[in-house]
Amino acid sequence: MIEQFAQTIREGAARGRALRLRGGGTKDFYGNALRGEVLDTRSYAGIVDYEPTELVVTARCGTPLADLESTLEANGQCLPFEPPHFGAGATLGGCIAAGLSGPRRASAGALRDFVLGVKLVDGRGQALAFGGRVMKNVAGYDVSRLVAGSLGTLGMIAEVSLKLAPKPRVETTLRQEAPLARALELLNRWAGQPLPISASAWHDGALLVRLSGSEAGVRAAAATLGGDHIVAPSWTELREHTVPFFSGAEPLWRLAVASSAPPLELEGPQLIEWGGSLRWLRSTQDAAVVRDAARRAKGHATLFRAADRSAGCFTPLDAVLERMHRQLKAAFDPAGILNPGRLYAGL
Amino acid sequence: MGAALPVVAALREFLPSRSILHEEEDTRPYECDGLTAYRQLPMVVALPETEEQVRRILQVCSSMKIPVVPRGAGTGLSGGALPLGDGVLLSMAKFMRVLRIEPRARIAVVQPGVRNAVVSELAAPHGLYYAPDPSSQIACTIGGNVSENSGGVHCLKYGLTLHNVLGVRGLTIEGEPIVLGGEAPDAPGLDLLALAIGSEGMLFVVTEVTLKLLPKPQCARVIMASFDDVERAGAAVADIIAAGIVPAGLEMMDKPATHAVEQFVGAGYDLEAAAILLCESDGTPEEVDDEIARMKLLLERGGATRMRVSRDEDERLRFWSGRKAAFPAVGRISPDYYCMDGTIPRKRLGEVLTFIGEMEKKYGLRCPNVFHAGDGNLHPLILFDANNADELRRTELFAAEVLEKCVAVGGTITGEHGVGVEKVNQMCVQFGAGELEVFRGVKRAFDPLGLLNPGKAIPTLARCAEYGRLRVRGGALPHPELARF
Repeated sequence: MIEQFAQTIREGAARGRALRLRGGGTKDFYGNALRGEVLDTRSYAGIVDYEPTELVVTARCGTPLADLESTLEANGQCLPFEPPHFGAGATLGGCIAAGLSGPRRASAGALRDFVLGVKLVDGRGQALAFGGRVMKNVAGYDVSRLVAGSLGTLGMIAEVSLKLAPKPRVETTLRQEAPLARALELLNRWAGQPLPISASAWHDGALLVRLSGSEAGVRAAAATLGGDHIVAPSWTELREHTVPFFSGAEPLWRLAVASSAPPLELEGPQLIEWGGSLRWLRSTQDAAVVRDAARRAKGHATLFRAADRSAGCFTPLDAVLERMHRQLKAAFDPAGILNPGRLYAGL
Repeated sequence: MGAALPVVAALREFLPSRSILHEEEDTRPYECDGLTAYRQLPMVVALPETEEQVRRILQVCSSMKIPVVPRGAGTGLSGGALPLGDGVLLSMAKFMRVLRIEPRARIAVVQPGVRNAVVSELAAPHGLYYAPDPSSQIACTIGGNVSENSGGVHCLKYGLTLHNVLGVRGLTIEGEPIVLGGEAPDAPGLDLLALAIGSEGMLFVVTEVTLKLLPKPQCARVIMASFDDVERAGAAVADIIAAGIVPAGLEMMDKPATHAVEQFVGAGYDLEAAAILLCESDGTPEEVDDEIARMKLLLERGGATRMRVSRDEDERLRFWSGRKAAFPAVGRISPDYYCMDGTIPRKRLGEVLTFIGEMEKKYGLRCPNVFHAGDGNLHPLILFDANNADELRRTELFAAEVLEKCVAVGGTITGEHGVGVEKVNQMCVQFGAGELEVFRGVKRAFDPLGLLNPGKAIPTLARCAEYGRLRVRGGALPHPELARF
């Protein structure tokens, strides 16, 4: 089966024909323009190995993310980075290639932190294996984590092994009123204390904080933080962008900044996550203005959803990094046929 | 004689003479790192004090095509900082400043020569700490930790260096500045920071590191559990994980290892046990009480023959002191020891330990074991005498067989110590020609001339071919004069 994909890629490389690696297509909106003939990865599906006592799962790229999550859930485990699906057909391969993490990012870590190994079909059509199924592995460069978030520009992720976490025994969400500056102050202060905060969000004058852990720990922390226990909106709705903030046609910007950065002076409504380090913005302001505000907050801005993506979605790289990106692309995909331009022009 | 070296003359143009060592008596201390079986005098040692000096050293070396080997404290266990006789050893030891601790942002910005333990000491007044705690943390530097992606005894819950470094600044071999990651999450583009961490000083020279600081848990307690069978201890570890517990630390030592350390530190270990487990819980007092109770029950059901729970911080540290002192303790019962670092899926533990037992008989050498049980990282320590050439030869064959067994059961040749010069041959066992070619492509993207720490970590195809031929002939290696490990 991998050999069929490899064959297609080899033919593409021989003819210089671009291929567009695609699972469920739920993240077609993300990144720069889509080019090339679709290489549908969904037929290569299924869990290869799952041993709950090892806290590791290995699955094929076409595995529906929802199926994988329900298998883990049945064993009291979860993907610690809580990835967004952005649609019913999301696959594991697309999830890893997009590299997007969800609400638990600030406490548990990023998607790439949990990638232990990949099987990759590179741009020459070679099936390669990097990393493995063990927690600690420093043999060779960490290519499996490089591939996470590479938007299919380095190869087709055929299989991936991930570190898992047990599902928290208890979770509760607290809500309190706070203007943005106050909310950021609280979030940064709380993050410096040993509290079981597993997610946070601020929008429209309300701060939501999720606590996860043992019953005793969550109860004690809830008393410290204060606020009202609530059930809606759910963290899944926030993660999937189905809360009203995310609907409508205005461009959606994703600003990743230092969590302690003050409120950003930009036009348009904002929704804050990850303890203050992720700031969503609905705005028609000039890209240069938005990127500059992110840079001053020690971060970067991505045009996450917009009708016009022609100017490039991601923050441009400096000359040294751009050269390294091009050379890495050449090392994995010398013919430049895999998802060309999806991450950066010329890549 | 050394003074006549052109590179010394070029370095003298901008480095004070105290920062350039080239006489044998001065360069001798740099001839090896923690893997003392391999020694090589460097042509020159450079000890810069500023980023500008590093930049100019790299420019000189790249223009003269002289290889550069970066070095931190030299505590590495795989020969990653082994000098080259025709190269410059770039010691970052003078980069010892903690540039800032920002409690509100929960970060520390440090130079690479800062020792690991210093970071947590300075963060402590703010209720914060730096999580990765390799056993050598008193001596090893943050720069070295970045190069090796160092772990420690708490990384099952808190991650490796990779998970706790937010950003690095550095210089390419041509002296160009490079900035990866930073305080904001998810830097744009490909995750070059992930590539850099654990790259064994082969991609660029790190000059500044931004570390994530975590709130110090309110309290921690550790259970010390004895087992009369090593495999039963391994099964108990699986039971704890299956119950949804991720302990802050989960370590195992076998009987020979506990005997060695007990003589050395007097940690109060059970000398009758075939294996002891150390299971730590941290968090609020309520959380810790709850988790300790659950783990005790699981260990009891899993066949623990004795259990003690630390009553206070002193006792907790004493229980850990033996584990952390395992290597030096073993150093006292044997003239030399050879530390392995394979990682395996935990369920294969029994099989691998049985295999190691067979290898002890086959090669006539003893091999105590310490084991990061939570994450499957084994540290078997082969005891030998380096003055006995045949023991050294048998040790190397023993180690090679164990590492290859780790690969065969689905694991890896190195969990946290790095490949260095030591395990270059086993890279040929773990990876095929395609993967190795990709690694070389990664190297070229950063260091096109191949001048940074050449010959380490990534073998050439020719070397793999030679190793393949050697292995075919089995135990008796021809040409013992060749440097192979």
